[in-house]
Amino acid sequence: MIARLIEGVPRRTLAMLAALLIALIAAPLVSGDYLLTVMILILYFAYIGQAWNIMMGFAGQLSLGHALYVGLGAYTAAALYVHYGIGPWIGLLVAVPIAALAGAFIGFLAFRFRVAGVYFAILTIAFAEFARVGFDHLAWTSGSSGLFLPVAQYTHNDLWLLRGHPVMFYYVILAATALAFIICRALLQSRVGYFWLAIREDEEAARSAGIDTFHYKMVAVVISAGMTSFAGVFYAFFYNNLFPEQVFHISRSIEIILGPIVGGIGTLFGPILGALLLTGLAETLTAALAALGVDLPGAKQVFYGICLLLVIVALPDGVWPWLARKLGVRERKS
Amino acid sequence: MPAEVYLNVAVGGVLAGLVYGLMALGLSVIFGVVRVVNFAHGEMMTIAMYLAVVLFSAFHLDPLLMLVPISAVLFVFGYALQAGVINRFITRPEHSQFLLLVAIAIIMVNVLLIIFGPDAQNVQTSYSYDSFQIGALIVDATKLYAGCAAIVVAAALFAFFRYTTLGTAIRACADNYTGALVVGLDVHRLYALTFGLGAACVGAAGVMLVLIVDVTPALGPAYTLLAFVIVITGGLGSMPGALLGGVLIGFTEAMAGLLFTPSAKSMFAFAILVLVLLFRPQGIMGKRAA
Amino acid sequence: MTALLKVDAVSKRFRGLLAVDRVSFEVPEGSIFAVIGPNGAGKTTLFNMIAGVFAPNDGAISFNGERIDGLTPDKVCRRGIGRTFQLVRPFPALSVEDNVIIGALLHRPHVETARERAHEVLRRLDLYDKRAQRASGLTLPDRKRLEVARALATDPKLLLLDEVMAGLRPTETDRMVAILTSLNRDTGLTILLIEHVMRAVMALASRILVLHHGAAIAEGAPEAVVREPAVISSYLGAEAIT
Repeated sequence: MIARLIEGVPRRTLAMLAALLIALIAAPLVSGDYLLTVMILILYFAYIGQAWNIMMGFAGQLSLGHALYVGLGAYTAAALYVHYGIGPWIGLLVAVPIAALAGAFIGFLAFRFRVAGVYFAILTIAFAEFARVGFDHLAWTSGSSGLFLPVAQYTHNDLWLLRGHPVMFYYVILAATALAFIICRALLQSRVGYFWLAIREDEEAARSAGIDTFHYKMVAVVISAGMTSFAGVFYAFFYNNLFPEQVFHISRSIEIILGPIVGGIGTLFGPILGALLLTGLAETLTAALAALGVDLPGAKQVFYGICLLLVIVALPDGVWPWLARKLGVRERKS
Repeated sequence: MPAEVYLNVAVGGVLAGLVYGLMALGLSVIFGVVRVVNFAHGEMMTIAMYLAVVLFSAFHLDPLLMLVPISAVLFVFGYALQAGVINRFITRPEHSQFLLLVAIAIIMVNVLLIIFGPDAQNVQTSYSYDSFQIGALIVDATKLYAGCAAIVVAAALFAFFRYTTLGTAIRACADNYTGALVVGLDVHRLYALTFGLGAACVGAAGVMLVLIVDVTPALGPAYTLLAFVIVITGGLGSMPGALLGGVLIGFTEAMAGLLFTPSAKSMFAFAILVLVLLFRPQGIMGKRAA
Repeated sequence: MTALLKVDAVSKRFRGLLAVDRVSFEVPEGSIFAVIGPNGAGKTTLFNMIAGVFAPNDGAISFNGERIDGLTPDKVCRRGIGRTFQLVRPFPALSVEDNVIIGALLHRPHVETARERAHEVLRRLDLYDKRAQRASGLTLPDRKRLEVARALATDPKLLLLDEVMAGLRPTETDRMVAILTSLNRDTGLTILLIEHVMRAVMALASRILVLHHGAAIAEGAPEAVVREPAVISSYLGAEAIT
């Protein structure tokens, strides 16, 4: 199993990966609570970025509504916990199919009716907005007043119910991110991965090479939506509160996809690097402005926007393809 | 509820819809020609709204009189944006353009936030609470003025594209990029002009909207979304479609707010969008691609 | 020889314009069949109907004894018809090898067996040495051969080639002709080509169909067809025969 995983990976890449993984596993030993929270955030975005990348980076379908799947996952698991005391891992077994089904529904409509490109992107926004307004009025999840998970001082970490110290959450999301990376790599190197790339590159040519593009686009949206919903479950149990206005908002969907685009769309390291850079940038800006005594709401976001602008102007393919060349490692496909 | 209430709300919705339509017209013109989806559209509108607020509160200049100057400012802004940044991105993939405009939008929202703070601001003109009564129908003066002004601006834009050489050149550019290059049109300059015109449209819409709604820096994204909904409903790239889509969405939102709950009204706009995307993807007025 | 592809009285209208008008022909198994005709004669429309891009308004298309008209392009390909595009469209950001692996994966579940097949095809098309390059960086002749390679990797019984010689220099044309000839000879692959380059048509085809204004005006062996007065006046012109 492990032998198959690392097959064909250059030594140098492998060494860097191992070092990174060890550093990440050891990190909580040396980092304080603040740094730990930041790292959880980075891994969280790396995880969702990876899931989103399956749709856009691999299969070429630009989804701007991934907050929908995060929200569905979050609300399903949280509601099951709040109402019936059902733990998050069982909740996940319900949340994943629900999100996957929502993805399948949107995908079916879009791909059957040939809604593509910008139109597809806007269709995905529309469904996320539907959910936002819908959950605002859904009494079962307390509507717009928000759904809260009971919080208490925990004496020990309960992994089964995901109640406890941030360190536990850190390891959970680290494991999830590592797993997502492995899944994505396996997908990319499989038959379905090749077909996705073909569809991304030229759908008509893909069809004429015998690929049932509808089928494979459906596979992409279902896997991506299902994977994304886990991030929602995590979000619910980490933050303990959910508001439709926040969870399903278009700005959440945008936040999700900035990482992979900045990092390098369609690459395996892009989503991770992008999450690191953007979250790191945001936190650095906060710290820097605080140190300078600047207390202007919006100042941080202006710098953030300018940095985004500079990156996209200077590195159109994202940071990772550029960095990979500098480091002398190469991802075979991008 | 008496029937007049429905009529009044419907007419109010249609008039607001004309302003929405003008805003969407800007997006449609930009997409139709430059083929870039302006994800900072609503944000550009909030800039115009704040300009109107400032001019009114500082100098007591009536927004309707400031329509042309503010549109001109937005034109210059849009021209500079296209010429300076976006022109480099026209051959890049959609997600790259998307990121660029999202970055621009983030900067716009937060610069406004720094300057004006998060609180809602508005314009209280002498006619803010006036209304006209025609039989049972009561129409707010602000909405009526705004709706009429929207029609005038839209008509001017139609005339520009139809009857001027420059307008024709821009349409040629939209129809056939390579062809336009071949016959020696300066495509980048025409793109900048178009983006400027789109910005002027949304600027004019903003000036009128400030009469109807309060402005906050965070208003942008919601209106960007609204503009998308309208433009796709009417037909991306179709100018009459944008106005018609605006009226349709304005009407629907007003009625939904009356019949259901105001907080659910955007759901109806999106429902229309989804139906249009599925059953008439070229939009109500759009031409079907061959 | 039995007919592998049978086109029976096929017509296609575009908003009143009759692009293809009751065209019938049969492509025998193992043959190389060419469709020629002036621009706008309906060649590409005919081709697209066979490939499943659109369905004919009238008539029937059978492949291997089964109706295929109205099937989608991917289904047509899975039945055993590979195609190229007039304006080449390899997957630009992918390597030459990956382009061909994608074709080979159609009938192979595993990437490694598909890679073996891809290498085989790449060697045949003189692209093996360039397998690691990005498709977008190839020259036009290479990209044309890559299109053929990708189609060939899907293990077709019939290969549809849409003007693969167009834009090639004579040496490149000869190279393509040699490759196609050897493919046909060694593997028994049936080839249907639309072509303007008469030099290639005469060298390759065992039968020719001439289209003009959507209708078939001549069909037969190449030497006979190019001497028919109707063909000369409508398409070839006097100077082209020699």
